[in-house]
Amino acid sequence: MKERTAGPALLILPALIALGVFFLYPLLSMLVSAFTDPEPGLGNFAWFFGEQANMQVLGRTFSTAFWVTLVALVLSYPYAYAMTIAGARARAILTLLVLVPFWTSLMVRTFAWVILLQDTGVINKALGALGMGPFSLIRTQTGVVIGMVQLLMPFMVLPLYAVMSGIDRRLLPAATSLGAHPVKAFVQVYVPQSLPGISAGCLTVFISALGFYVTPALLGSPTDALISQQIFTQVNGLLKWGRGGAMGVVLLGLTLAMIALLAVTLRRTGRKVTG
Amino acid sequence: MRARGLLWAFCALIGVWLVAPALIVVPLSFTDKPSLKFPPDGYSTRWYANFFGDSAWMSALSTSVQVALLVTVVTTVLGTAAALGLTRAKIRGLALAQGSMLAPMIVPGVVLAIGTYAVFLKLQLVGTLAGFVMAHTVLALPFVIIPVTASLRGFDRRLEDAAASLGASRWTAFRSVTLPLVAPGVASGALFAFVTSFDEVVVSLFIQSPYLQTLPVKMYASVTRETDPTIAAAATMIIVLTTTLVLVATFFVARRTRAK
Repeated sequence: MKERTAGPALLILPALIALGVFFLYPLLSMLVSAFTDPEPGLGNFAWFFGEQANMQVLGRTFSTAFWVTLVALVLSYPYAYAMTIAGARARAILTLLVLVPFWTSLMVRTFAWVILLQDTGVINKALGALGMGPFSLIRTQTGVVIGMVQLLMPFMVLPLYAVMSGIDRRLLPAATSLGAHPVKAFVQVYVPQSLPGISAGCLTVFISALGFYVTPALLGSPTDALISQQIFTQVNGLLKWGRGGAMGVVLLGLTLAMIALLAVTLRRTGRKVTG
Repeated sequence: MRARGLLWAFCALIGVWLVAPALIVVPLSFTDKPSLKFPPDGYSTRWYANFFGDSAWMSALSTSVQVALLVTVVTTVLGTAAALGLTRAKIRGLALAQGSMLAPMIVPGVVLAIGTYAVFLKLQLVGTLAGFVMAHTVLALPFVIIPVTASLRGFDRRLEDAAASLGASRWTAFRSVTLPLVAPGVASGALFAFVTSFDEVVVSLFIQSPYLQTLPVKMYASVTRETDPTIAAAATMIIVLTTTLVLVATFFVARRTRAK
C-alpha cells in the first residue's frame, strides 16, 4: 500500500520543479545580486538608505498605497453594505460589477484611464460643465490613485461583504429602540463587528498597491516615480543590477512583513469570532 | 428611506466607474478620426483594418495567443497533477508545498521580473517563446491549483474504490470516473491560466525583445508614443476575448457548485 501514500506525492514534483527554476531561482538571483553586484557587501543597501531621493520614493510609495487603501475603503464600505441588504438579483448585479475590473485586462484599463483623465478628457469636460476644473488628473498622484482604486476594489469589497453578511442587523433596531440615534447605533454596534473585514481588505489592498508597476508608470509622472518604477529604471535603463536588487529586497521585505501582519490579524480576529 | 435611496444612487455611480474603462474603449475603437478623442464624432471600422494590416500588431497578437495556449496546456497538466498530489499524498511538508505553489500570487511583479530577467539572460531565454511560456507558467499555476483542489476536495473517493472493485485499473478509474467529475474545475483553471498569461505585462516587459513581444507589451509601448485609435481596437478585442473566456469559466464554476 506504499503506492497510495508516496505515489501521489510524486505528482507534486513537476510543479515544484517549475516553481524552483522559474520562481525561487530568479528571486534568489535577485537577492544575490543585491549583495554582490558590483562588489560584495552592503553597498547597495547603504546607497538605498543613504540617498534622500530614495527615501522620497519610499515615502511616495507608502503614501500612494495609503491613499489607495483609504479611498477604496470609503467607496467599498457602503457598497458592501448595500450588497448585504440587496435582494438576490440586485446582489448578483452588484457582485458582477465589482468583478469587472478583475477581468478587464490591466493594460486595457490603464489605457482607458489615460484617455479618461486627459486634461481635455470627459471627466474634465463634465466637471467644466458643472463649473469646476479643469484639474490636472493625468501625470499626478490623483490619477494614479483613481486608476489603482478601480482595479483593487474587489479585494476590498469581497472581504467586507463576507464579514458583513454574517452580522446580525437586528442589533441596529435593538440599539435604536434603547434610545440610540441611528448613526450612533451604526457606528457603535455595526462598524466594530465589521472590523475583521476592514483589516483584511485594507491590508490586501495596501500590499497589492505597494508593488504596482504599470498603472503608476502610465498614469503617474516620471518625476514622481514609485519604488517599482525605480527598480525597473535601475535594472532596465541603468543596468545597475545590485541597486535594483537591493530595492527589490526592500519591496519584497515590506510585502512579506505586511502579509505576516495580515496573517496575525486574521488569526486573532478569527479566534475572537469563533470564541 | 431617504438614506436607502442615497445608498443606491451611490452604488450606481460606483458601478458606472467600475465599468467605465470598458465602456469608453469600445466606442473609441470605432471612431472615424485619427485621434483618441472621446466621445467620437463619427464611426468607422478603419482602426480594425489598421490593426489587421499592421505586421507589428499581428505578430504581437499571434505571440500572445501562442504563449497563452502553450501556458494553458503546460499549467493545466502541472497544476492538475499537483492538486491531485496535494489532496491525496500523506507526507510531511504538504502545507509548505501548497503554500509555495500560491506564492507567485503575492510576490510583487517587478521583483519577480528582475530576477527572471537575470536568469533568462544567463539561459539565453530573453525574447524567446519558450521563455514567455516558462515565466507565465509559474504565474498561472495558482489559478489552476485553486479550482482543481476545490473540486477534488468535494469529490467522493469511494467512487474510485467502487470502480476498482469492479475491476478497473487505477488509471482507468481515474480517467473514466475521477476526471469527468472534476472536469469543470480543470476547465475553469485552464481558462484562468489562459487569461493570466494573455494579460501578463510586467514580467513580459523585461523578457521581451524587439523581435518578440506580447500584445500587452506592444500596447504598453504604444500608449505613450502613438495617438491613433488602433490601440483602442486592440484593447476592444482583448476585452471581448477575456470577457468571453471568464464568462465561460464562471459558467463552469456555477455548474460545479450546483452539481454539489
